[in-house]
Amino acid sequence: MKTVKRTIGIMALAATMVLTVSCKDGNKNESTAPMSSEMHQESMDDKKDMAMNDNQDAKAEAILKDYFNLKDALVGDDNGKAKELGNTLAQSLKSFDASNYSDNEKSELNDIIEDATEHAEHISESDIKHQREHFKILSKDVTDMVAITGTKTKLYEQFCPMYDGGTAWLSKEENVLNPYYGSSMLRCGKVQREIN
Amino acid sequence: MKYLKIIAWLSLVALVVIQLFPVTLNESDTVPQNDFMIVNQVPATIKNQLQVSCYDCHSNNTEYPWYSKIQPAAWYLEDHIQEGKDELNFNEWDTYSSRRKNSKLRSIIKQIESGEMPMDSYELIHGDARMDSTAVKEIIGYMDSLRED
Repeated sequence: MKTVKRTIGIMALAATMVLTVSCKDGNKNESTAPMSSEMHQESMDDKKDMAMNDNQDAKAEAILKDYFNLKDALVGDDNGKAKELGNTLAQSLKSFDASNYSDNEKSELNDIIEDATEHAEHISESDIKHQREHFKILSKDVTDMVAITGTKTKLYEQFCPMYDGGTAWLSKEENVLNPYYGSSMLRCGKVQREIN
Repeated sequence: MKYLKIIAWLSLVALVVIQLFPVTLNESDTVPQNDFMIVNQVPATIKNQLQVSCYDCHSNNTEYPWYSKIQPAAWYLEDHIQEGKDELNFNEWDTYSSRRKNSKLRSIIKQIESGEMPMDSYELIHGDARMDSTAVKEIIGYMDSLRED
C-alpha cells in the first residue's frame, strides 16, 4: 500500500512539473517591475512639487552644504557618516530643478545632476576607498555646477597631486584638509583657485 | 528516519511549487543603435571579450545556461542582471551624456583593474569570462582611449 501511495505521489509531482514549465513560458512577457521603485518614484515627485516654488539658489546652496558635510566625513575617515551624507546629498541633488536656466545651461545642469546623483548614491553604499573614488568625480560635477549656478559662499578649489594622478575638491576654508587621504596624509594639497 | 523522509518530500514539493513563479528573462534579439559596440566601432578582439565577459549582465540580452531558467537559480540571476543593467547597460551607451560616459569608462577601468569585475561567482561558472593579464591590459587601454579628459 505504501509503495502505491508513493508512486502516485511521484506521478503527481511529475505532472505538476510539466504543467509548470508550460505556465512559465506563458508568463514570460509579464513585466515584473518592482513595486518599491514605483513608490519611491512617487514620493520623489511629491518632493519635487513641494519645492518647486523655492528659489534656485537655495537648491544649489543645499547641495553645496551636503557636499561639504560629506567632504568633512571623508576627511575624518568616517565611512558610516559618509554613507549617510552621501544619501542626504543624493536627495538634495534629485530635488534640484533646472527649469529656470537657459536651454544650454539646463541640459548641462541636468547632465551634471544625473551624474552626481549616481556618485552620491554609490557613496551611500560603499567602503571608504570607493567613496573616495566617487568623491573625485562628484567634486568635478559640483565644481561645474557652481560655475553655472554661482554661490554666495567664498570657495577654495584645492588640489592634491598624489591622489589618482592629481585630484581636486572644493572647500569653504582656505586651510587644506585632504578628503582623499584623511588622517594618513591630512595636509597633502594646496589651494589652486578661489571662487568668488 | 520518518521525519527525514517528510522533510525530503516537503522540500521536493517546495522546489516544484517555486517553479510556478514566473521569471522575466533578459532576452532581446535586436541590437539597438545605441549599443557600445556600434557607436564606438569596437575592434573584434575587444568586442569578443566584452561580449563574453560583460554582456550577460550589462546588456538586454543574456545567454542563459539551461539551469539558470530553473528556480531558485533564475531568481538569483534576475536580481544580478537587473542590478548590473542599472549600473551600466552597454546597449544604451549612446543615451548617456558625455559626462556620464566618462564616469562609466572610469568605473569600468577601476573595476576591471581591481578584479571586482567580472564577478568571481560569474567566472566560476563561465571560465571563458575570466580575463588574463593581457586581456585586462587591452581592455583598459581601449576604455582609456575613449575617455575625453
